[in-house]
Amino acid sequence: MIARNRLTEIGVTRLIQLAGFSSIIFMGMILYFLLTEGVPALGEVSLRELFSSRWYPIEGFYGILPLITGSLMVTIGAMLIAVPFGLCAAVYISEVAPPRLAAVLKPLVEILAGLPSVVLGFLGIVILSPFLRRFLDLPTGLTAFTGSLLLGGIAIPTVISISEDALNNVPRSYREAARALGATGWQTIWGVTVPAARSGILTAVMLGVGRAMGETMAVMMVTGNAPVLPSSLGALFEPARTMTATIASEMGEVATGSEHYHVLFFIGIVLFLFSLVVNLIASRLVFRSKGRAERVLS
Amino acid sequence: MSLFEIYDLTVEYSDGTESLQGVTMNIEANEVTCLIGPAGGGKSTFLRVLNRLNDLADVKKVSGKVMFKDMNLLDPKIDVIDLRRRIGMVFARPLPLPLSLYENVAYGLRTAGERSKAKLDRAVEQALRQAQLWDEVYDRLDAPASRLSGGQQQRLCLARTLSLEPEVVLLDEPTSALDPISTAKIESSILELKERYTFIVAPHSIQQAGRIADHVAFFLQGELVEYQPASEIFTRPRDKRTEDYLQGRFG
Repeated sequence: MIARNRLTEIGVTRLIQLAGFSSIIFMGMILYFLLTEGVPALGEVSLRELFSSRWYPIEGFYGILPLITGSLMVTIGAMLIAVPFGLCAAVYISEVAPPRLAAVLKPLVEILAGLPSVVLGFLGIVILSPFLRRFLDLPTGLTAFTGSLLLGGIAIPTVISISEDALNNVPRSYREAARALGATGWQTIWGVTVPAARSGILTAVMLGVGRAMGETMAVMMVTGNAPVLPSSLGALFEPARTMTATIASEMGEVATGSEHYHVLFFIGIVLFLFSLVVNLIASRLVFRSKGRAERVLS
Repeated sequence: MSLFEIYDLTVEYSDGTESLQGVTMNIEANEVTCLIGPAGGGKSTFLRVLNRLNDLADVKKVSGKVMFKDMNLLDPKIDVIDLRRRIGMVFARPLPLPLSLYENVAYGLRTAGERSKAKLDRAVEQALRQAQLWDEVYDRLDAPASRLSGGQQQRLCLARTLSLEPEVVLLDEPTSALDPISTAKIESSILELKERYTFIVAPHSIQQAGRIADHVAFFLQGELVEYQPASEIFTRPRDKRTEDYLQGRFG
């Protein structure tokens, strides 16, 4: 009996080990594939050409700069919308709303977070973009701004859900301490609760950025897909194209192993580096402030 | 006339537990009143009625009458923000806000709208001196409050409450997490300051009540069993249950 227990123990340990390693190995293999397919682009197209402003693959122009700026523009726009709205909504659910309402709102938000982005893209095409065209009197409703609005909408539930968790985890005693000093509800929220939940809120923002930057379908459907280098802020209301949309729309038609093919993978590497930087910044910030919070609580 | 006059105070929580049943007592100004009794007896609830912090909890029903001077504290229309500035509170766990030392002590005054740097400086120094912390921290007021030791943090919390110059200070087991030296400093602060403030304390031990109390109230399962001057209750308790508790037969 004891021997059998020992065997089970070893078996289970090995199985968990295998599962753990396999995820790392898969990640490594994906990275390896991305690099072997993407790096040759550097040999075929000069760096200068790669970071030029014209993307026209059929005639051999592989300037990815407009795609990068397109992604940045749409993502930053989306965050400018998602962060304030998301944070306010989270504060409302966690601090202001009566408990019964909060108990309804929180699951609703989480359902929203799971909505397939294609559906949202569809809504974007059918409702949002005609509305913007008419309302702002634009030649087309398919613009970077439309993408930002839609992506903002996609990122908001993520931001709400995670910042709400963070706010909820702030010990009740903090709020009581502030209230006992005669702070009003708002003073307590902005002066104590939100700062105390800072690290969780940062995580929420970073995950929101990740979600917005990696989003493909919805963006492809509403941004108009024109790889143009923005020259002014007005470009926000002109069509743009993101890195993700480029890969998704062109990968199907490209000859395997061609220049174009390699460049598309190179864009994948750039995208990967962007997410990596976002994640590194996030974990840096979170790690630092978590250290501080733990010291406070110890 | 006493500072607090409490008649038939009953507090019931939404989960059905009754936390205080018909408590009637008067609390005198410029004294240290200690609330003793086993956990769950209603001491914290009682304290939180006095500064209306129970508003944040899940309270179903509060009845009776709690007069503070000529104000009924159970009246929903009173200005609780102003009330909490007049009746301050220190909690069991030291809870510095995530700010610098200086800002922690100045927080209450700032939220009250005080802007003058000179006045804030003066109030912060005075409060830190009253809490017997000034000598240890005067040279690092800009450091984060979380760097202080637990005992110092708790004295910081006391200073934070005193900075508003309240009339009453409620202390809910203020030294339960502290070392003996910090405990002694807080106790001596209380004894020194009782000429200026009224203290209502839920001490963390009977011995502490013995060291600082003028009056002692014994709470048992929501009931005020006995309320006497300290000298009386410790030497000649009237109720059998008080005697048993004081002698350590239960609790």
